Amino acid sequence: MSSIGTCAALAAAVLAFAVDARAQSWGPGADDKAFAEMLRTGFRNAGPVSVDRLVQDDTQAFCSDPAVANSAAGAKRAEQLEAANLAAVKWPSDGRFLGDWRAGERIAQSGRGLTWTDAPSQANGGNCYNCHQISLAEISHGTLGPSLHNYAKLKGTDERALRDAWAKIWNSKSSNACSNMPRAGHMGILKEKDIQDIMALLFSPDSPVNK
Amino acid sequence: MAARTKVAVAAAACVAIALGFAGVAQEKDDAAKGIEAYRQALKDGNPAELFEMAGEELWLKPAGPRNASLEKCDLGLGPGVVEGAYARLPRYFADTDRVQDLESRLLTCMETLQGIDTRAHVEARFGTPKKDELVALATYVAGMSKDRPVDVAASHPKERAMFELGRRMFFYQAGPHDFSCATCHAQEGRRIRMQDLPYIPAKEGAAAGWTSWPAYRVSAGQMWSMQWRINDCFRQQRFPEPVYASDMTVALSMFMAATANGATMATPGIKR
Repeated sequence: MSSIGTCAALAAAVLAFAVDARAQSWGPGADDKAFAEMLRTGFRNAGPVSVDRLVQDDTQAFCSDPAVANSAAGAKRAEQLEAANLAAVKWPSDGRFLGDWRAGERIAQSGRGLTWTDAPSQANGGNCYNCHQISLAEISHGTLGPSLHNYAKLKGTDERALRDAWAKIWNSKSSNACSNMPRAGHMGILKEKDIQDIMALLFSPDSPVNK
Repeated sequence: MAARTKVAVAAAACVAIALGFAGVAQEKDDAAKGIEAYRQALKDGNPAELFEMAGEELWLKPAGPRNASLEKCDLGLGPGVVEGAYARLPRYFADTDRVQDLESRLLTCMETLQGIDTRAHVEARFGTPKKDELVALATYVAGMSKDRPVDVAASHPKERAMFELGRRMFFYQAGPHDFSCATCHAQEGRRIRMQDLPYIPAKEGAAAGWTSWPAYRVSAGQMWSMQWRINDCFRQQRFPEPVYASDMTVALSMFMAATANGATMATPGIKR
């Protein structure tokens, strides 16, 4: 599993970070040792999903304590994490930002993939409509993220707009350390071609997003 | 394995309806069907009543190596007191020296009163017979607290610790999607697809969640306990599977129940 591999590869010193000088927000009884024991006894492997997924990378660890993440000291740390996530963005290998918007719409609709009941062989979805309004034809959309309707009309289609959107989809934490949005490319949820297709859904003049 | 496949298919179908990742036409179709089924169910009363009755039968029926019923089970208000017990859970129990939610306490009673080795119950998948027993028992007990105020102050130090562990768990991000409970449940007035999301860190949202489970899910045609609800949240979070009745699950319940303290129990609930 590439995502687990990525996760494990990124697994940095979660405890080292958690026990640093910064005050935590948790009261008595929820110290690192008690919490680690609770995690150890609280989860089991299921289907293709292993307990290794509980290991956090630096970004996840930082964003798991909102009082720290929202503190003044946290703002500086957030900037460092954003820079590290931005540096990890992989740009399109063939130089093309835009693929097929119709394929992008299918990926945006799909919420499948990477749960313990999903077959590892099936393609992962982008989960986009779970949180965003995109095409107006789809009335069943979530509101956890902003509307993406008229995306290209509002953002333009120049190189800068394309790079910003690519970076956001590949690694949402490149511009907002504790964004609620998954890091689709970085964590191996979507492949490069999938992201090109979603980019086309946002930017193509033929896409329902811009109509 | 057939049962497991069936569970997986049922779970997938349920999520398909809840998250609606099918095409637009299919989605409207599903939504219309779901709403219609929901109306029918309301007209006839909450099908959860059937599970309450099944749970009461299980409560009264002698079972296990000791051929004993659960009638002497102490859910916190003394042996055999079921009425009002659920509204005061989770709580600290001196005999086990643990904070327990309803379902972990039911396991304790099955062990101590009936002599049942409950490991198979813990390991069983939801939607299979051993878990069905626990869901029915939980539905019966929870129904006996309907309209009662939630009374979970988390005043015992171990209850307080459980609350803090639950609060920390609520914000714990992990997995390929970086999700935590907070990703969906710590913003006010938002929804995923068409599904409204309770804002759990404050009383109103915590109560919306806590006081309405166990609930009959019309779209899935299943009765879900709070343990099942939490289990499926973690599945959608792309986490590994919670261990049934583990401290982690009790901690999250303690966080919700104590945050909802004073709200009115509406158990068993009914959901789309």
